[in-house]
Amino acid sequence: MPVNQQLPVDLTVNGVRHHRTVEPRLLLSDFLRHELGLTGTHVGCEHGVCGACTVLLDGEAVRSCLMFAIQTDGHEITTVEGLAPDGAGGALHPLQAAFREAHALQCGFCTPGVLMTLVPFLRDHPAPGEREIREALSGNLCRCTGYQNIVAAVRLACDRSPSLRR
Amino acid sequence: MTGPRRYVGERVRRNEDARLLTGRALFVDDVRLEGMLHVAFLRSQHAHARVKGVDVAAARRRPGVVAVYTAGDLGDFWRPGPLLVPPPPIPGLLFNSCTQVPLAKDKVRHAGEPLAMVVAESRYVAEDALEDMTVDVEPLPAVVDLEAALAPGAPLVHEHLPSNVAAHVVQRKGDYERARSGAHAVITRRLRYDRGAAAAIENRAVVAQWDPRAEELTVWDTTQAPIPIRNGLAGLLGLLESQVRVVAPFVGGGFGPKIMMFYPEELLVPWAAMRLGRPVKWSEDRQENFYATTQERGQIHDAEIALARDGRILGVRDRFLHDAGAYDPYGLTVPINSQCTLLGPYDIANYDSEFTAVFTNKTIVTPVRGAGRQHGVFVIERLLDYAARQLGLDRVEIRRRNLLRPEQFPHNHEILFQDSAPLVYDSGNYEPALDEALRIVDYERFVREEQPRLRAAGRHVGIGVVCYVEGTGIGPYEGARVTVEPSGRVRVATGVGTQGQGHFTVFAQIVADVLGVDVEQVHVITGDTREFHWGTGTFASRGAVVAGSACHAAAVAVREKILDLASHLLEAPKHDLELADGSVGVRGAPDSAVGLGEIARRANPLRGAVRPGTEPGLEATAYFGPERGSTANGVHAAIVEVDPETALVEVTRYVVVHDSGRVLNPLLVDGQIHGGVAHGIGNAFYEQLVYDENGQLLNASFMDYLLPTATDVPPVETAHRETPSPLNPLGVKGVGEAGAIPAGAAFAQAVEDALAGSGLEITEIPLSPNRLFELIAEAGAGARGR
Repeated sequence: MPVNQQLPVDLTVNGVRHHRTVEPRLLLSDFLRHELGLTGTHVGCEHGVCGACTVLLDGEAVRSCLMFAIQTDGHEITTVEGLAPDGAGGALHPLQAAFREAHALQCGFCTPGVLMTLVPFLRDHPAPGEREIREALSGNLCRCTGYQNIVAAVRLACDRSPSLRR
Repeated sequence: MTGPRRYVGERVRRNEDARLLTGRALFVDDVRLEGMLHVAFLRSQHAHARVKGVDVAAARRRPGVVAVYTAGDLGDFWRPGPLLVPPPPIPGLLFNSCTQVPLAKDKVRHAGEPLAMVVAESRYVAEDALEDMTVDVEPLPAVVDLEAALAPGAPLVHEHLPSNVAAHVVQRKGDYERARSGAHAVITRRLRYDRGAAAAIENRAVVAQWDPRAEELTVWDTTQAPIPIRNGLAGLLGLLESQVRVVAPFVGGGFGPKIMMFYPEELLVPWAAMRLGRPVKWSEDRQENFYATTQERGQIHDAEIALARDGRILGVRDRFLHDAGAYDPYGLTVPINSQCTLLGPYDIANYDSEFTAVFTNKTIVTPVRGAGRQHGVFVIERLLDYAARQLGLDRVEIRRRNLLRPEQFPHNHEILFQDSAPLVYDSGNYEPALDEALRIVDYERFVREEQPRLRAAGRHVGIGVVCYVEGTGIGPYEGARVTVEPSGRVRVATGVGTQGQGHFTVFAQIVADVLGVDVEQVHVITGDTREFHWGTGTFASRGAVVAGSACHAAAVAVREKILDLASHLLEAPKHDLELADGSVGVRGAPDSAVGLGEIARRANPLRGAVRPGTEPGLEATAYFGPERGSTANGVHAAIVEVDPETALVEVTRYVVVHDSGRVLNPLLVDGQIHGGVAHGIGNAFYEQLVYDENGQLLNASFMDYLLPTATDVPPVETAHRETPSPLNPLGVKGVGEAGAIPAGAAFAQAVEDALAGSGLEITEIPLSPNRLFELIAEAGAGARGR
């Protein structure tokens, strides 16, 4: 298949339908960042280890650097921008608020991927223990925090927001 | 009345978090501009080779490729980079300056050195074009091992030099030989300490846009030092400094390597943008980061300590080799930090230290969190461990006997630090920090009860207790401008870049306290040369110390302006006025309060006459330059359990007691410590850059180079002590590197203790389960042989 061939993709991102034509080799991470301008999804390694590019595909966490954009045809994607639709000045998602409260981020580069990993984890594990939280986080690399305050933020969010358990 | 709210010293939540948490913060790779082109670099596959030619003709023909440049296409723009940090004026110092070049011309000196640059309509096409190129090279034997590099007849990294010696430095105090001759015990060891990648999760990136109508160049750069980059770029591109704007927006972790001058990419991207008249972007990928972003690497120390019978240190002698990598643009910061930090918190009257920095065919070495301090701490702490064992002393007791006492400050070590200032510790109170760490970790109970009990049950648990100092907050200076706007909101602009430290909050706290405003009403701008263009950058744990002090000074000057105007307006003497809740009023007369916004409006009238000498607005700019750095200190205590069958080590407790002077925000200081310890544990047990004999990096991915994950890093228990620094008005010292510096030494001591009696000696970091397994096996064989 020639690389410059363009294929249609029809997907929903944060509740908005998009119809585009893209090269088959275009990574989902690049599509979200550079085609749709949703730059909250970050790219740290492009080989599926660091987790910074994690987004939700039909509600489940996936690495957007390991998927092609065309693979999402007919699917629903949620990015970090979808957690707090009104942006930095609006209401934060309970998990985001707990991250601020517990100082669970420093440079903030890995944070969107960490949040998108934790959202489905907390949906499926309503009252996780420390070990479970750390296991859940073990696919996301953070160089700044030593993970300690991320764990604290998860616990805080669980204590405060039963709604996370839905 | 309780008085105005104070923020300094409080666990204030961060002002910057909402933007970062919602994905709305701008990082360099997020910059999207109309007509933007994308860059990929062709990089050398060889660590050492003569370059005969690079054929880019086919790449130039590829549709979508706009330009391809090799060294020969750069004309006069091709020249070696500047020496970023000249060595201190140490008598007899030898330093061979060999700085990196934009694109390799005749020779490549490390794998990943750039040979050609492609500019294309998309990054995908630019990378396709790399496949079109061929490089004609003659491979040369690689210089990898430090001792082999100095052997006669070794291949030369830089052929105009007589050897691979990059530098030779001797610093001495007292008379070590005399001290040694009177010693009760002399202990020598060969100690190795290798370091890894900084591995910020955000790779480097540069975007440049030339605006021909405004005749302005804007560069977005993941640098820790936007102002020096602006000034350097202006000079090289023939522009006024004011024609170049460098923006370091949110930066996804720095840890040292994001300060260079220049990385080839950050020079070539702006150059290409001007030449092509279109915006140009380059974003590093992770593999490039392993080859092309600077690292910190190994030293080999042959060290000797001379002791009195009671364990007092009479003197230390150290000879070490330092791996500089292929070029040395960062001068001698790393090995001089090692040399100085070896003295630690101890009273060492006689010191004889000599090092040789060695060029090798590996990626350039520059500071990474700790910046050589780890190496020095590891050497002195290991020597003290072996000394304690030989003299029959408790490891804590030998340290206690040698700590500098409070009355010995300021303490002059009589050698020069990396900033060219004498190594003088400004203040400190070391023994209470040791006692506090022992109390928190419950040292006595562990060694007397828990460890014997667990050992009897067949478990291998050990404890490590180490002390360290961290030279922080060095000059030359930083500045800040504080402005009260008519809205009553306050803007603070400063030149340092920010990579997650919390500058948006800490600087706001400092200013909010001086002006009596809500911390969330203080809007901090960092890292944009259009906003502030005097300063040096974020390095050496200096942001809060130096830029924080400048913010304080500027805020104090604005406060004086407010008081002057308000005194006139309210017809009250200045000493009766009070700033609180965003207003100024007469103390005890709340109805008199006038909002600072109103004062700002009156300070900028549209009509009428003002008194001569009046400056408009409520604004002031101030600078702060400390006479030298301030010295933080602390103690790390770690408890580990080792499985001798698998050589896996679990860190079960990790205690940090540290003293970085006055604490501006304990929440953020704890965060710095947590992250530093994680980095230090990674360095101790997970991370190592493995080069083969050809200078090839064998583990250049996150699949092979292991960063510690959430299941590898223990919770860190912290305690703060506050011995103020006399060198700045806030009394602060830096804390950015304290977590990382002693972790290797603590880990080694604890693991050795866990396997006490086996004959195991840990004289090298990093370990890995594999390497530890080998060492355990060797120790076992040695024990059986005896």
